[in-house]
Amino acid sequence: MEVIIQGRSLVPGTAEGIALVGTEPLSFWGGYDQHTGEIIDRRHALSGKNARHRILAIPGTRGSSTTTAVLLEAVHRGTAPAALLTVGADTFLSLAAIVADELFGSVLPVVALSQHDFALMKSGQHISIQPDGQVLIAD
Amino acid sequence: MGLSLQDRAMLAGECGLAAQMAMRILERMRPIVGAQSFLDISAAHIDSALFQGDATLAYAERLAALGAQVVVPTTLNVSGVDEHGWRAWAVPPDWADKARRQMAAYQSMGCKPTWTCAPYQESQRPSLGDQVAWGESSAVVFANSVLGARTERYPDLMDICAAITGRVPAAGLHLDANRAGQVLLTLRGIPPALQASESFYGVLGHFVGKAVARRIPVIQGLEVCPTEDQLKALGAAAASSGAVALFHIVGVTPEARTESAALQGRRPLAEITVTLDKLRAARKELSTITGAALDLVVLGSPHFSLTEFQALVPLVEGHRRHPDVQFLITASRVVKAMAARAGYLAAIKQFGGTITVDTCILTTPMLPRSVKMLMTNSAKYAYYAPGLLGAQIVYGDLKDCVRSAICGHIVRDNTLWKS
Repeated sequence: MEVIIQGRSLVPGTAEGIALVGTEPLSFWGGYDQHTGEIIDRRHALSGKNARHRILAIPGTRGSSTTTAVLLEAVHRGTAPAALLTVGADTFLSLAAIVADELFGSVLPVVALSQHDFALMKSGQHISIQPDGQVLIAD
Repeated sequence: MGLSLQDRAMLAGECGLAAQMAMRILERMRPIVGAQSFLDISAAHIDSALFQGDATLAYAERLAALGAQVVVPTTLNVSGVDEHGWRAWAVPPDWADKARRQMAAYQSMGCKPTWTCAPYQESQRPSLGDQVAWGESSAVVFANSVLGARTERYPDLMDICAAITGRVPAAGLHLDANRAGQVLLTLRGIPPALQASESFYGVLGHFVGKAVARRIPVIQGLEVCPTEDQLKALGAAAASSGAVALFHIVGVTPEARTESAALQGRRPLAEITVTLDKLRAARKELSTITGAALDLVVLGSPHFSLTEFQALVPLVEGHRRHPDVQFLITASRVVKAMAARAGYLAAIKQFGGTITVDTCILTTPMLPRSVKMLMTNSAKYAYYAPGLLGAQIVYGDLKDCVRSAICGHIVRDNTLWKS
């Protein structure tokens, strides 16, 4: 079954991949291993999961302002998620994606969703993202 | 509304290539944060100088090569290395080289080499109502809550854009209406002796951050007047477990003379009762060690203040740490120098304590792998050490930390936490 939802494209781009969905916010500093893409916040429900090249869906970020730097490093190393989906606009993730574009010409789409649409996604689903913020979810 | 002539000039490259790049990043962020226009700032505090790898270094050196200069007084947060003291620890030389290059790049832009996460302990502080752009989550929450200055929670890479342009999107906590408290937390049945104790504030902050996430808490029912160090600890903890950038404490913080003032006359979105049981559970979460083995006691996140040095001296005087337990304080250059002038450092040295400046255990790879069991009085260290260092940690107060360092194993006085 396929579901199409319309999000708000914060940093436009095309991406597809397997979803990794978390229901609590994440600090990338102390929470995301830029060398491997593993979620390393041992208090987080996604701890131990690898988000490299996945469509990472989290409500947003929290904690450290270094989250942007860690995500930029991950983009540079090729260990970042393929795209990021959040509930509402997350400025930290958006900024990292904008600087990755400015500095390296890298594309990391960031799309904001409503709480209702976010809840439609589950880990393991195949998700594709369009530059206008359209998100296609397939089981 | 809209962009000013100066904003447009910067975007057009009329103020140099660095200002153009910085303004372009800000202009791309403007709709994302929901701003119609930009506003002026009077100061900045930069977290971007913290070396994280080749990409953050490339960003710094790109801006520097384009001729970036800050246009407001700008302080620097911790760096990726203790510039002059890194060789005493396990920092790889390649890391130190790159981290120092990144430090040099930001200094070349005219930033003050303060290298501290607690600039408010030494530099000129912004005042009530001042518009500033600060990075570093623990400093942001202090500036907004305790000083009443106005800053968003600026992430790395954006804070420097604000300092170079002197502009930030007019949004978020820069605007009056967005500073109203949203979640009312009422302390109930918390003994005043516990409220007056040091370790209470890290625990309360940890609880508050988890409870409110990114909303603005209003704390009422505090029966004591907390010190600045205690407010620092509360904010740093709440900005670790949550995304708290501003808290109000009724009768204590400048925008919370009354509950109604803190809420700007609105009804809270949610109300939470804070009980001793809930705080006990939060305190438990801050520790991952169950045994007594200990390798390192570490103090100073956010960086140790002069009053914290003052409080430490009588506890360590005449004692010596256990040979198997290291005792480390992370502080800024300026506060270390002030502590030296005040005569505080001799007793710490005789105790066997060491001081690292410019950075902290979370931001530079200084600890050898053999250091696995940590103790701290910082809820921020306690929160991040397991993930960032792969270490285990226990949270206690300053006295517990010193006693444990002397005994060579973990001892905690839990009396105040029992009812």
